[in-house]
Amino acid sequence: MAEPHVETIAHADHEHMPHGWRRWVFATNHKDIGTMYLIASCVMFFIGGAAAMVIRAELFEPGMQLVDPGVFNSLTTLHGLIMIFGAIMPAWVGLANWMIPLQIGAPDMALPRLNNLSFWILPFAFSLLIATFFVPGSAPAGGWTMYPPLTLQFGDSFPMLIFAIHLMGISSILGAINVIVTIMNMRAPGMTLLRMPLFVWTWLITAFLLIAVMPVLAGAVTMMLTDHFFGTSFFNAAGGGDPVMFQHIFWFFGHPEVYIMILPAFGVISEIIPTFSRKPLFGYEAMVYATASIAFLSFIVWAHHMFTVGLPVSAQLFFMFSTMLIAVPTGVKVFNWAATMWKGSLSFEPPMLFAVAFLFLFSIGGFSGLMLALVPADYQYHGTYFVVAHFHYVLVTGAAFAIMGAVYYWLPKWSGRMYDMALAKWHFWLSTIFVNVLFFPQHFLGLAGMPRRTPDYAVQFTDWNQVSSIGGFAFGLSQLLLPYIVWKCVRSGKPVEGNRAWEGAHGLEWELPSPPPFHSWTVPPSEALIARGAEH
Amino acid sequence: MPRGVTNVSRQIYGLHMMGFWVCVGIAAVVFGVMTWSLIFHRRSRGAVADVTMVHNTKVEIIWTAIPVIILVGMALPAARILVRINNNAHAQLNIRITGFQWGWQYQYVGTPVSFISKLGYRSDRARQLDSGINPDTVPDYLLTVDHPLVVPTGTKIRLLVTSVDVIHSWWVPDFGVKKDAIPGFINEVSFTVDPNKPGTYRGQCTELCGRDHAYMPVVVRAVSPAQFAAWLKQEEAQQKQGVNLSAQQASTQAPVAEPTG
Repeated sequence: MAEPHVETIAHADHEHMPHGWRRWVFATNHKDIGTMYLIASCVMFFIGGAAAMVIRAELFEPGMQLVDPGVFNSLTTLHGLIMIFGAIMPAWVGLANWMIPLQIGAPDMALPRLNNLSFWILPFAFSLLIATFFVPGSAPAGGWTMYPPLTLQFGDSFPMLIFAIHLMGISSILGAINVIVTIMNMRAPGMTLLRMPLFVWTWLITAFLLIAVMPVLAGAVTMMLTDHFFGTSFFNAAGGGDPVMFQHIFWFFGHPEVYIMILPAFGVISEIIPTFSRKPLFGYEAMVYATASIAFLSFIVWAHHMFTVGLPVSAQLFFMFSTMLIAVPTGVKVFNWAATMWKGSLSFEPPMLFAVAFLFLFSIGGFSGLMLALVPADYQYHGTYFVVAHFHYVLVTGAAFAIMGAVYYWLPKWSGRMYDMALAKWHFWLSTIFVNVLFFPQHFLGLAGMPRRTPDYAVQFTDWNQVSSIGGFAFGLSQLLLPYIVWKCVRSGKPVEGNRAWEGAHGLEWELPSPPPFHSWTVPPSEALIARGAEH
Repeated sequence: MPRGVTNVSRQIYGLHMMGFWVCVGIAAVVFGVMTWSLIFHRRSRGAVADVTMVHNTKVEIIWTAIPVIILVGMALPAARILVRINNNAHAQLNIRITGFQWGWQYQYVGTPVSFISKLGYRSDRARQLDSGINPDTVPDYLLTVDHPLVVPTGTKIRLLVTSVDVIHSWWVPDFGVKKDAIPGFINEVSFTVDPNKPGTYRGQCTELCGRDHAYMPVVVRAVSPAQFAAWLKQEEAQQKQGVNLSAQQASTQAPVAEPTG
């Protein structure tokens, strides 16, 4: 390991690391900003989770016991917005901040001050959003999809919602610009595009999706804002507008948004599975092309969220076919992961456990997605708990599990310490068992006819709702282990020996010490190191 | 999912079951292969990684082509059914449905018959916050209305669905009919209830429409054409007399006597 860069690290002490509050408020370091993103994401995960706990408690029995139906609708709305924009997306940006410079051999992100801005917008955005609970009238209660005319009915909270969305959008766009510029310009010499780790690839594609669709969302909500305050009629039928147009615009954002949340997960899984299979990723190039195909297709499937709005039959056919087509590249990815494990030498440390659970459970979400694509069947599924089950399998056991896997995978690198492996396995098993107790019965509820977004239900739905709620409480409680494990690791974990926390790990991040120096690659890694990391 | 009682719902049910079994089949194969790896290719069993296995064009083409074939196999019947059930021609009865916060208005096109249908009284009392009423004691809790829609069996019915305020969605699972009610738009949807399947069919609004979204059920009573004609005549006569029917009267005059909420 007598690589030239070791020497540079030795005299990297004069790295001007700021201390105290300035280090965080004026942060320009990619690791510090990444850490702040991850902490913020964790906080939002628990706030959104608390909303979910109230939802599941109210749904424990038919009849109304805890909250007013209007408050219930606000809780589902904020749960959705907080989990999507507050928990999942910032977690990915945090991981991108931490890992992209390490993985491409760069000292930092390309635009550090922009990076600071894009993070510090978020606390304001979410304060504004959560503050809607405390203004006269009601918090937004029209669902995270914010369909007009319903969403226009909410009073003071409405402009707050719109501005919160604008802020989140700006933050995401700035973050995406930073990712693209970093990847395009800051790769170490020799780090060609097709040598990049898949996490970098998936994030590059995700960043393009973000830049393409966040302005669309901003446009849609701005049109709603002017409808509300300036007398326009974009979505007002009485003024010649079209309420369905909002849905078209929203889902033109919304479907790529789904992939914004899941593509980086594909990247993480593609890092973890080879490491713990002790075998290079199978079909690297196919993985890259499959990711790009999924991203492209994500722009032409949006109306599959709208099969009951009265689209012409020809449009329904088109969107059914395009949606089903997504199963092909997604299938390629799953097959490639399966082939990576095939004839490997597998071991099941916590990151691998989460990755394997991802493979199975995300696939279940994929299967229900395929069923939902069949338009006539979607007429029955649409707006029911079947859909709720579907997207929670994709987002919780998909995106969130991948994020947890990523944290367990890279935490030893970030902190230089190993976490309590036994406790992390407890976290995994509790999460995996209870997430299924929580969401699997929701398939049955949907097929039995229970509509989503209802605080109350007919008594025949009671049993599975109780199972689901019990699963929900247990899943929620088990998540408290995660911050505890991380905290304990950072405080008192056993120091990791050497650069490589996992014996099968490949990639440039494992060529730096653990924790890495404040400015990651002050001297670009050698061609040999890059080639060794990119053995695929 | 119910097999249902209409030409539409049965086809949807068949498609749903086909989709389900295809997914189960794929899952069995894919999960089987992965499980095999998890069991037999683990290091603790002394498995040694085959690091040369990184790429195989032939295999990759095969596992791209097979899903395409399966998907085409699913898409064709789905498309056929889609086109078939979206046929609104030659309806024998047109009913206009208007959603509002929070209930439905039903108008029989070409007749003066028009009425409003809202959540049944007993459900409405029980569903209040801390009402102290156990929903188990309320018959068909949340799925009863004061004035159900009445339709004839064996007759092609076209619904014209719209809304006066926000977007709602009219759904009866047993009919396989779900259509959004959108202000400014009139959506069409058609179905025929099997002649031998009269009865009461229940559903709910399935598009979030505000505070009482959970409390605007859909109840449809399907009766024989003769009973329907008699009922319609009676309703017409009463509406012409300007009799403002109370909810209770309306339901006792419906052909199939059954206590409502």
